[in-house]
Amino acid sequence: MLIKRRTFLKTASLAAASLWLPRFLHAHARPDALPNRGKALVIVQLSGGNDGLNTVVPVRNDVYYRERPRIAIKATDALRLTDEAALHPALVGLKHLYDSGDVAILHNVGYPNPDRSHFRSMDIWHSASPAHEYWHTGWIGRYLDAQCQPPNPCYAPALELGDAVGLVLKGQHRKGIALHEPAELRAATRSAYFAEYAAAGANLAHDDTPIGYLHKTMTDAIASAEYIFEKSRAKPSTANYPDTPIGRQLRTVASLILGDADTVVYYLSLSSFDTHINQPMQHQRLLGQLDAALTAFAADLKAQGRWSDTLVMTFSEFGRRVGQNASGGTDHGTANQMFFLGGALRRQGLLNALPNLNDLDQGDLKFDTDFRQVYATVLERWLKARHQPILGQAFSLLDFI
Amino acid sequence: MRDTLAQRRLQHLLWRAGFGPASAEWSAWMRRPQEVWWPMLRRQSAREPGELFVTDDVVRGLFMGVGEFARVEELTPEERRQRRAQSRELLQSLNLLWLEEMTLTQAQLREKAALFWHGHFASRNLNIVFQQDLLHVIRTHALGNFGDLLRAVSKSAAMLAFLNNQQNRKARPNENFAREVMELFTLGRGHYTEADIKEAARAFTGWGFNARGEFVFRQNQHDRGVKTVLGHTGRFNGDDVLDILLEQRQTARFIARKAYRFFVNDERVPDERVLWLADRFYDSGYDIGRLLDDIFSAEWFYDTENMGNQIKSPVVLWVGLRRALPMTLDDPEAQLLLQRALGQVLFHPPNVAGWPGGRTWIDATTLMLRLRLPHLLAAGDAIDLNADEDDDIAMGQGRAGRLRRRLRAELHWEPLFEAFAQTPADELLPALAQYLWQTPAAPERLAVVRKHINISTREQLLQTATLQLMATPEYQLC
Repeated sequence: MLIKRRTFLKTASLAAASLWLPRFLHAHARPDALPNRGKALVIVQLSGGNDGLNTVVPVRNDVYYRERPRIAIKATDALRLTDEAALHPALVGLKHLYDSGDVAILHNVGYPNPDRSHFRSMDIWHSASPAHEYWHTGWIGRYLDAQCQPPNPCYAPALELGDAVGLVLKGQHRKGIALHEPAELRAATRSAYFAEYAAAGANLAHDDTPIGYLHKTMTDAIASAEYIFEKSRAKPSTANYPDTPIGRQLRTVASLILGDADTVVYYLSLSSFDTHINQPMQHQRLLGQLDAALTAFAADLKAQGRWSDTLVMTFSEFGRRVGQNASGGTDHGTANQMFFLGGALRRQGLLNALPNLNDLDQGDLKFDTDFRQVYATVLERWLKARHQPILGQAFSLLDFI
Repeated sequence: MRDTLAQRRLQHLLWRAGFGPASAEWSAWMRRPQEVWWPMLRRQSAREPGELFVTDDVVRGLFMGVGEFARVEELTPEERRQRRAQSRELLQSLNLLWLEEMTLTQAQLREKAALFWHGHFASRNLNIVFQQDLLHVIRTHALGNFGDLLRAVSKSAAMLAFLNNQQNRKARPNENFAREVMELFTLGRGHYTEADIKEAARAFTGWGFNARGEFVFRQNQHDRGVKTVLGHTGRFNGDDVLDILLEQRQTARFIARKAYRFFVNDERVPDERVLWLADRFYDSGYDIGRLLDDIFSAEWFYDTENMGNQIKSPVVLWVGLRRALPMTLDDPEAQLLLQRALGQVLFHPPNVAGWPGGRTWIDATTLMLRLRLPHLLAAGDAIDLNADEDDDIAMGQGRAGRLRRRLRAELHWEPLFEAFAQTPADELLPALAQYLWQTPAAPERLAVVRKHINISTREQLLQTATLQLMATPEYQLC
């Protein structure tokens, strides 16, 4: 090792570094399998507060049509799921997936004392804290902390497709990685200087001090970037995806799943759901983008035989008020539905009753399922982890996974 | 030959009580003996701060009540949207103005303390006037009396609006304000009961602000009944509750601990030391200047375990870098995206608990950007970011696509050249490492730096060495 390293330092060039470096850096980080090896969780965050009532439309509900004279989705336009429920007309692909048993929808998900501020409510969904507590770690981050311990050190276990790692992927010790494109991430970390510098700090990797933590993070970042790049090129997706940010992101996710990356959690977001003004056009556009990207993703993974290893879950920080506002939009509300997509759902279709619009809390929906029950279920049934240490308390599990 | 330990101690003080040494002032600082360092820093921050203004009176008038968009009924939705966008732009200007102040001011201690209070009294608010007023309150009292600061912040429109006290009425109390005042501003969790919060919330009923952002006490919304808070019973109003909170020694302990973590060490906090600080802080009647005197004059402040062991916050990193290496930015607004990418945007704390700090600043993505930063600057590279993520101000405005900003700067090397004019060329690298790193330079890593610098001229050597030394994990610490 020592000789190799010295030779390396002498002859280091970018090319040499790229050939040799990953293996060296992998040495301390090479993973053993996570318990759920091969299974991926894809979380899609709908930022801004998606209007759940216009996403899954209660087409037989008079209160809905009375409260939303300008923006209600006509029963004849909506895509019928059951006698009472129908999807927004933009969700054509999801309707097909629903019909083929690849979709489950859980209504009225929320939490006690809901907060109507975007960032605070998002904070609560990310951290899974009670509404009155401020936690500095996210639920997936704590999952990483719990799982990624010797002899199970993990490897690029959680990726966020975006600029920055959100709270949700931050644990006390382990954190996810943010990227747009594997190649871009790799370019940002690839330099002979960084590689040699990281190698010269290898003795600090097990040092639990700030400098040790920094060196370890640097080494992991370089190695992970290389690893993600390799995996994304191993068996890249060749399917057609819409040329939208979320379409491109899901293509990247598919490539990593197909390339057998050890990544367990992929995190994506689609924003601009804060439809206070002239909602219909904007909502149609956003749901259309979401629908096209998810449909392409499902088709791709089905064709490649990986759909049953994949669970997609959507959420938004809150739903919107039942009544429309004066600007052809809706204001911040509370409970909302979550979508689950995948080839391994134990129950499909509508998992529970539509929101009761006759029993509102000052014009807002009442939740009946705590979002942390969903997290607990995903942790236990999909990620094979005990939920109580991660969520801080025990929740009753749901049965759809 | 310089006394390296003394130099390290001086740098330690300048980093913790400010934003690190300014290269132009470095030689002068080096000539001063240790006993004048702290008094000098105190003296440089003694004057009342001028207000950082981005709004003139006309603009001020325009933004009255802008946080209460829904209530300004004469505005059309489009006008409201425009007003909000304008306010957001001005808030960005205020952000940049404060960064300039941190970078250039002699009053380093005050601005550093203000940054501490900015995180302690964390508030997000769209209204530029409210935010500007709150910043002025914080900068004015940053080294003054904590009780005065607490009262002024609690009566600021920014905080009252942020914590929903405008909705705290006799008939329907809103507990948010009372809860955060106890949990985050004074006592900390575990030192009050839910009943205390409910009762305190009643005392704060009627506290609000008018469209000018001025505090108002709405008598008819105030609950005049008897309340019991932390064992005290009476017909309390909000001021009485703040007095009760200040009467608790726990408040001094909570603040002293937080100050210790911010200024001294965020991982190892000896209880007896915090108790000692807290008792003296309490007995001084909450004199913040005295608390900082105690911290920065203590011999333990310079203990090995307290030096070079703190991960710089993004703001400290960036301001410190600009002080070491002055620059003229082509596009100052790129600094807003930089803050976002590094995870700390002034005026946008993640929640009312402020920035958790320490290791939470660092993940693979933020660290790599920190490491690349010096070279991005030198190369004038672009930094790409989504503008509307995690931003309740921009959310829903449908701004698609990625914002690209060029972080190009003209770097002014002269102050560094002068500061190291007497250093022989072969000692330049270790001397720069000593100046830029607060941790001892490991020979094997210094060797890597040495390999990747350009030694053809003295200028090249100093420039490339500086950039490479800044592009390291070591530079992230102070």
